[in-house]
Amino acid sequence: MKHIITILVENEFGVLTRITGLFSARGYNIESLNVAPTTDESMSRMTIVTYGEENVIVQIRKQLQKLIPVIKVENLTEHAHMEREMIVIKVQANENSRAEVLRMADVFRARVVDVSESSYSLELTGKSNKVSAFLRMLTPHGVIEMTRTGSVGMKRGSEGF
Amino acid sequence: MKLTGAQIFVECLKREGVKHIFGYPGGAVLPIYDAIFYENEFEHILVRHEQAALHAANGYARASGRCGVALVTSGPGATNAVTGLADSNIDSIPTVCFTGQVPSHLIGSDAFQEADIVGVTRSVTKHNFLIKNVEDMAKVIRQAFYIATSGRPGAVLVDIPKDISLQSCEFEYPEEVHIRSYQPASLADVDDVLEAATLMAQARRPMIYSGGGIMNARGSAALLTKLCQTYRFPVTNTLMGLGGVPFDDEHFVGMLGMHGTYEANMSVSHCDVLIAVGARFDDRVTGKLSAFAPDAKIIHIDVDPASISKIVKADVALIGDVKLVLEQLLTALAAQDFSHQQEALNMWWHQIDHWRAKKSLSFVQEPDAEVKPQYVIEQLHQQTKGNAIVTTEVGQHQMWAAQLYGVRKPHRFITSGGLGTMGFGLPAALGVKKACPDATVIDIAGEASIQMNIQELSTAMQHNLPIKIAILNNSFMGMVRQWQQMFHGSRYSHSYSDSLPDFVKLAEAYGGVGLRATTPQEVREVIAQALAINDRFVLIDFVVSKEENVYPMVPTGAGLHEMVLA
Ligand SMILES: Cc1cc2nc3c(=O)[nH]c(=O)nc-3n(C[C@H](O)[C@H](O)[C@H](O)COP(=O)(O)OP(=O)(O)OC[C@H]3O[C@@H](n4cnc5c(N)ncnc54)[C@H](O)[C@@H]3O)c2cc1C
Ligand SMILES: Cc1ncc(C[n+]2csc(CCOP(=O)(O)OP(=O)(O)O)c2C)c(N)n1
Repeated sequence: MKHIITILVENEFGVLTRITGLFSARGYNIESLNVAPTTDESMSRMTIVTYGEENVIVQIRKQLQKLIPVIKVENLTEHAHMEREMIVIKVQANENSRAEVLRMADVFRARVVDVSESSYSLELTGKSNKVSAFLRMLTPHGVIEMTRTGSVGMKRGSEGF
Repeated sequence: MKLTGAQIFVECLKREGVKHIFGYPGGAVLPIYDAIFYENEFEHILVRHEQAALHAANGYARASGRCGVALVTSGPGATNAVTGLADSNIDSIPTVCFTGQVPSHLIGSDAFQEADIVGVTRSVTKHNFLIKNVEDMAKVIRQAFYIATSGRPGAVLVDIPKDISLQSCEFEYPEEVHIRSYQPASLADVDDVLEAATLMAQARRPMIYSGGGIMNARGSAALLTKLCQTYRFPVTNTLMGLGGVPFDDEHFVGMLGMHGTYEANMSVSHCDVLIAVGARFDDRVTGKLSAFAPDAKIIHIDVDPASISKIVKADVALIGDVKLVLEQLLTALAAQDFSHQQEALNMWWHQIDHWRAKKSLSFVQEPDAEVKPQYVIEQLHQQTKGNAIVTTEVGQHQMWAAQLYGVRKPHRFITSGGLGTMGFGLPAALGVKKACPDATVIDIAGEASIQMNIQELSTAMQHNLPIKIAILNNSFMGMVRQWQQMFHGSRYSHSYSDSLPDFVKLAEAYGGVGLRATTPQEVREVIAQALAINDRFVLIDFVVSKEENVYPMVPTGAGLHEMVLA
């Protein structure tokens, strides 16, 4: 099953390698990984999307917590949570398909970021399954390139991390 | 007060109470070696290979209860230390290793003797640091010692670029150490303790399985022994936990696992409550997992939450320092009623004694026949009255030592368990001897393992460390040969110890005493002779039967109860 794990770490040299190294050394999967500083400059927040059996997920969490620069770990999947991912996608758009691509963007509430004679670049934010569905719908038109951020997320409600 | 980085290094070590460091110099650590030149608050022991510095620090740490410290240079010095770091880390031995690094501005340029040692050792250390400013030196060293010695101990590496050693800054020693992201557990949750105590009082076939955690928490062995004696619970030790209870205590059933005793493995297989105390359910211990303690509720005491339910699911987890948790548990047990358990315990002990009667470790030494390796261990035990501190290399001799030496007290059996590093025993013995100069220290070795760090005989001479080395010379990498015999159709592929040196002459060449025994009588004589020599190291070449196997043995993939006895 898919799990979204969010991690608060010391914003220090090498911390990202410690986390990814842990995943590769112990054979855990990483579906996506996102990292950026927080409002407190001394900390960064990471979101890792991973797959695994329940006991593996528990170990991932404990092993992460064991790393010295890791301040806090939470498995969002265990809580009511929000999840967002962004995709930027450049699709072929010729005379016949331009309208259809735009209509699709409209249906998904994506924004047009860039236009050329033969392409549209679109941006969409949403849950990762929505992002995937959007990508699927555009694929027949010819995807020139695309990039996804991987999920970020947090718990619902007023409580902080 | 303004000090250079190198002087800060020295100052910090003194404040940490360091008395001995093991090291080897080179370009990147020259400023530090310069700073320790006039140092007499701690002693530097020059080894002959950086791997040995780490193993010596490991033996020293285990025998003394202090943190082991090593100092090596950049590049090859640092990469040579990697095996020793991995060894200490997997066995949870507190060790801090300082490495020199090329000057900061050259890092990343493939400079002379540059290796990204922080990158290389990330997965074999508990934590590691690269010092980027001289102002961070004191804080980082303080944190390094704190991390290495607290919680689940381990190896910590501190990489110091040469320019940082030379720069100076105002020195201020951080008295307090606080790391917001690192808070090791100490006491277990009281409700969990109560639950464990209740389970233990209700058990009909209880079993204690204790490990290296008992060695890490100094003073906990006495509590463990008290626990077994007060409640008449049987107890088994892992290889790392030997000495946790005295070998001759009636509650002790021997080591468990792949080469454990029949009674230990059968007791674990049939118990109804298993209390794991500072042990981590290693695969050498559990055998086939589905057959491991199948009927038992598991209580697991461990300071590392990641050890809990990693391999075997714990029904009750007591996360904390094993000494404190045993104190909690003993208090909670005192309030329980054990009277109704006595009859069941009598039956349980009756059953265990029945298993014991198999005498699974017995062997026969014919008086005029070849020397059995087991006989050498038995004689070593007898003539030292079980009071030596034993280190080992890795292989069959290590298992026979574990089975037959008879460890009376904690911290007296010092072996490489998790990594199984051949070449560990000799340098570890040097570290032990430095920590306990009055003890008889014996490295029980194989003729293959001993050659992996034989150069340390020179260290033994230089630093006047009169240890004993007992080589069980079977002309084979015996453990490898045993597996080839059992699982690879007796095809002894590259496991014969060919072109061996004359170990007696070798010992003499290094300035020590070399002895050889080829008959049981000579075994007894040379051991007596060796024990009487205290001014130099003694190496004994015991020529033993070539194809003896270690039994009992749990074949790989089998359950503990399926062990082979001979
Ligand atoms: C050739 C060979 C054969 C072997 N055969 C066997 C065998 O037959 N039987 C056997 O037992 N082993 C055997 N071993 C050793 C085996 O590989 C493991 O090293 C050993 O079993 C691990 O011991 P342990 O479980 O006590 O764990 P350790 O590695 O000693 O770990 C200690 C545990 O205690 C915890 N701990 C540490 N400090 C504290 C504290 N203060 N408070 C609470 N908890 C703490 C740690 O978190 C950890 O979980 C063999 C090794 C070799 C090389
Ligand atoms: C550094 C290292 N390399 C290889 C091994 C694999 N290995 C385990 S036991 C062993 C043979 C040890 O032979 P010896 O020291 O003669 O001891 P014996 O088994 O004969 O008692 C080998 C090669 C190891 N444990 N460590």
